Amino acid sequence: MSETEQLKGWKEIPIGGLILAPGNAREYKTGGWRTFKPVHHMDKCIHCLQCWMHCPDSAIKVEGGKFIAFNYDACKGCGICAKICPKKVQAITMEKEEK
Amino acid sequence: MEDAKVNNKTGQTTLVALTGNEAVATAMRQINPDVVAAYPITPQTSLMQKFADFAAAGLVDTEIILVESEHSAMSACVGSAAAGVRTMTATSANGLALMWEIVYIAASSRLPIVMPVVNRALSGPINIHCDHSDTMGCRDSSWIQIYSENSQEAYDNTIQAIRIAEHANVLLPVMVTLDGFIISHSIESVHVYEDAKVKEFIGEYKPHNPLLDLNNPVTFGPLDLYDYYFEHKRQQSEAMKNSKRVIEDIGRLFGQTFGTVYDLIETYRLEDADECIVVLGSTAGTAKEVVDALRGQGRKVGLLKIRVFRPFPETEIIDALRGVKVVGVLDRSEGFSAVGGPVYQEIRAALCARHDISIVNYIYGLGGRDIGIADITKVFDELSAIRKAEKPITSRVDYVGVRE
Ligand code: SF4
Ligand code: SF4
Repeated sequence: MSETEQLKGWKEIPIGGLILAPGNAREYKTGGWRTFKPVHHMDKCIHCLQCWMHCPDSAIKVEGGKFIAFNYDACKGCGICAKICPKKVQAITMEKEEK
Repeated sequence: MEDAKVNNKTGQTTLVALTGNEAVATAMRQINPDVVAAYPITPQTSLMQKFADFAAAGLVDTEIILVESEHSAMSACVGSAAAGVRTMTATSANGLALMWEIVYIAASSRLPIVMPVVNRALSGPINIHCDHSDTMGCRDSSWIQIYSENSQEAYDNTIQAIRIAEHANVLLPVMVTLDGFIISHSIESVHVYEDAKVKEFIGEYKPHNPLLDLNNPVTFGPLDLYDYYFEHKRQQSEAMKNSKRVIEDIGRLFGQTFGTVYDLIETYRLEDADECIVVLGSTAGTAKEVVDALRGQGRKVGLLKIRVFRPFPETEIIDALRGVKVVGVLDRSEGFSAVGGPVYQEIRAALCARHDISIVNYIYGLGGRDIGIADITKVFDELSAIRKAEKPITSRVDYVGVRE
């Protein structure tokens, strides 16, 4: 959970750290862990999709063979996409996350 | 050897000559847990050996898992309890130490495992005899701790522990302790209740969110960071607080069913006592003899036995000691805090508002060092000297039975 107001009190949650429903990992927004976030520059992008292939969190959305957007709910800001984006292109820059 | 008597209320009670370990194994036979995972360690070995005999004779339906270490024993217990069945194990000293990591995980996963611990000194130097360093070492693990004075209590406490652990307001694991060799290997006469009565008393096990309920899938042991870990610990604190009332209720019910009522603490001739010894485990039996002898000489002495150390029965202790002027706390483990043993520290904290009381600590019995009538009489003599201001308190922490 990334938003403080969504967090529940100790009387409202199952005991023992148990999770009582299956398939809910997507509700856990790991984007809150980021200190740097990747920013995409569409004007430079050549849609080689190297970033999409290397992102360890599948946080890059591609449609019709083209880069569309980052999924910031899942992106942890590791910077692999920015590193792998071809040197001559540099369509992704890492910027400090504003809290 | 067997002297059966029939009581209309409790059914047939059989008086049997048993060692403490055999008494606990008998309780386990009657409990008939679904899974027992254990590894042998002195002085627990004969307990599990006896239980394995029962299993081999087909007297229990238990699946016994023989593991390669206590770390694995407790891990198997966690798996089995999470799966949703009644689970037990037993250990001593270094076995408990090797379980350490999983001891905490069992409690924080809220698994009602019941574990008799046959108290033995932790190494090193290596020693197989009784002291409480093993269980006192994990007093902060969120396991309920019930200390036994003799074989009968070890047997009775094991039966009650099942109901306490599984109670919906508790759901915490329980350690039932018995002093290594002193209780575990000494033969005493023990009242064994009817199998059917014990079965009825503990009731059928209804697991809480079992892992094997395929229609209601649950996840055990997920990552729990700064956003929820604290809330889960807060729940554990609440369960430990709740358990006090539950232990009292079950102790009373046990009395109604089997004839002996159990409470969080036991007071012995404490009513008008000026001096009191606080103690837990088998030494309470010896100390009661001393109290009787000194009372015979007209001395106002009494005893407070702590049966349940976790949760700590603070209000009950404050109440029980309200008229007492000098308290000597006996600790069978050295906490190495440099300011006294674990029981002493809790008693001092409980009585911090009392400015009219002197509290001193006696560390005794480490590594199985004997404590006898003469030692305890000497402690009472010191307490009375403190009360009469004949002896100034030079050190609050003293050692009984160690050579200078
Ligand atoms: S920063 Fe890391 S996680 Fe985020 S999109 Fe790039 S590669 Fe994926
Ligand atoms: S690696 Fe760079 S150029 Fe290639 S698709 Fe990703 S952002 Fe565009």
